[in-house]
Amino acid sequence: MSVLKTPNQAAAAADVDQVHVVQRSSLALTMRRLSRDPASVIAAVFIIVLVLFAVFAPTIAAWTGHGPDEQFRETGLSPSGIPVGPGAEFLFGTDQLGRDVLVRLAYGARISLLVGVVASIVAATIGVTVGMLAGYFGGRVDTLLSRIMDLVMSVPFLLAAIALVSVLGPSLQLSIAVIIFFTWTPIGRVIRGQVLALKQREFVEAARSLGAGHLGIMFRDILPNLMVPIIIYSTLMIPSAIVFEATLSFLGMGIVPPTASWGGMLSEAAGNSIYLAAPWLVIIPGTALLFTTLAFNLLGDGLRDALDPRAARKA
Amino acid sequence: MARFLLSRVGFGLLVLFLLSLFVFLLFFIAPGDPARVIAGDKATVEVLAQIRAKLGLDEPIYVQYWLFISNVFQGDLGFSYRNQLPVIDIVVDRIPVTVSLVFGGVILWLGIGIPIGVMSARKPGSVRDRLGQSFAVVGISFPSFVLGMMALYVLYFLPAKAGWKLFPPSGYIPLTVDPLQWAWHLVLPWCTLALVSAAIYARLMRGQMLEVLGEDYIRTARAKGLTERRVVYRHAMRSAMPPLVTQLGTDIGLMLGGVIVIEQVFGLLGVGNLAVSAVNNQDRPVVIGVVLLGGLFVVVMNIIVDTLYAFLDSRIRTAA
Repeated sequence: MSVLKTPNQAAAAADVDQVHVVQRSSLALTMRRLSRDPASVIAAVFIIVLVLFAVFAPTIAAWTGHGPDEQFRETGLSPSGIPVGPGAEFLFGTDQLGRDVLVRLAYGARISLLVGVVASIVAATIGVTVGMLAGYFGGRVDTLLSRIMDLVMSVPFLLAAIALVSVLGPSLQLSIAVIIFFTWTPIGRVIRGQVLALKQREFVEAARSLGAGHLGIMFRDILPNLMVPIIIYSTLMIPSAIVFEATLSFLGMGIVPPTASWGGMLSEAAGNSIYLAAPWLVIIPGTALLFTTLAFNLLGDGLRDALDPRAARKA
Repeated sequence: MARFLLSRVGFGLLVLFLLSLFVFLLFFIAPGDPARVIAGDKATVEVLAQIRAKLGLDEPIYVQYWLFISNVFQGDLGFSYRNQLPVIDIVVDRIPVTVSLVFGGVILWLGIGIPIGVMSARKPGSVRDRLGQSFAVVGISFPSFVLGMMALYVLYFLPAKAGWKLFPPSGYIPLTVDPLQWAWHLVLPWCTLALVSAAIYARLMRGQMLEVLGEDYIRTARAKGLTERRVVYRHAMRSAMPPLVTQLGTDIGLMLGGVIVIEQVFGLLGVGNLAVSAVNNQDRPVVIGVVLLGGLFVVVMNIIVDTLYAFLDSRIRTAA
């Protein structure tokens, strides 16, 4: 047996040295997969633009010279009191009180994003915690927590929201609280199911045999394995929270006027059917709302495909 | 089966009990004195005390709850602050509109959602599938009130301006008066209600069908020479349906919310509209009545759906 290489083998070895092998982290791989999906890219760009639009709302107000609640009864309303359509002075037209729709849209974006993100993060945290406890401990703890989740899911949420609002009065805080209360259960169920499967795995047994406590196993060993469903579900919770807030505001049970919110703008447009004479009052906030929820839904779907390619092929 | 039903009914009763407790406590701790609302600002202290005694407001809280709940069981939900009519009559009056809306909406949403899902699943990745999935994601993202208002503008207002009477703007014609007009007035609300849910069901059905179509018994069915049609519609759909039925159960509460919004957009004077105006008028007995009856509706529908599910899936029927 000779250790000497034949010329051929030597050449092959040199070739291997020439090939670049790049080590990619799973984040980098995910981002690569995501960036190959045009729908996700467009959605992500839209969301970034929307966030900038919301952050720079005061700048937009300063640029147009119109405050969000300022009424321009001279320039913003026709002599008969009809709102002015989109034009040079008011890019997106004015509403029934002669307010600038563009500026209100920007301030409304703040409310929508704030409610969507805050409510989703809190609800996801509650759902993950409850789901993990139920799945991990099983037995009576599981029965109790699962029953509670069933209970919350079987309450007609808009009716409960109506009862709450009629007593406590509408407010931003109450809207967020109601949304959190009624949206943490689906992710809780998903996490519970995942944990039930994960806790049977060898690495959990290994951690236990090394003397890890319940908390250690749950947070150090199980939680990292749940990051994929947590990211996907939290992203998909944002659009439903945004629609939920808009619905409450549309019914006059969410954000209190004159604070601008997309649901409130649509509600004012529906009042006295003013939107039939001024369709931009529906088209502009309605499209903004639709595109926002669509963008988050598309991004959520894209994330699922990118994070979990196996599931993507199946479903 | 009996045990299964019993446990479902028990759970439903628990939901209703907690809902009634929640509503009761909410209004118990709420600021404002009902006696003063009823008697008005000029009432003397004696009159107020009399009203409180009559309503049981001077009793301890658990006695008050007992009074409240035993009245509810006798079908007495109190009287509206606004027009002094019994709450139960006011709500019952509004039910036909809401039921008409829900009835047509559910048929339409299952009728659209399930076929689209099945079509998508038969050829995953095909043009049809992509179209179906695009429909699903847009439908899921469309807030129903935006859709409703846009539909009214495009299908009612623009044609009306051009002189065509395509669709009526709003209003409700009872089924017993004129079935054709009844349906005609409800077409736009039905479609609006159905679209969002149809999208969710299309997606769900597609996922279920894909899973089932990959099973061995489907391969067996194909191998023994059954037509593709028979395989898909008889063998696959039968096991793809039960999860959809469960979903239908959890969606009933959601749909009730959708109904509230759609009644508002289309000016239908149903139960949802009643709830919203009761909140705006601070008419608490009506709010309580709507919440409790709405809860009852959801609980009963859930029990019906669960029973249906048990019939569809024999494993549950025999296990429980």
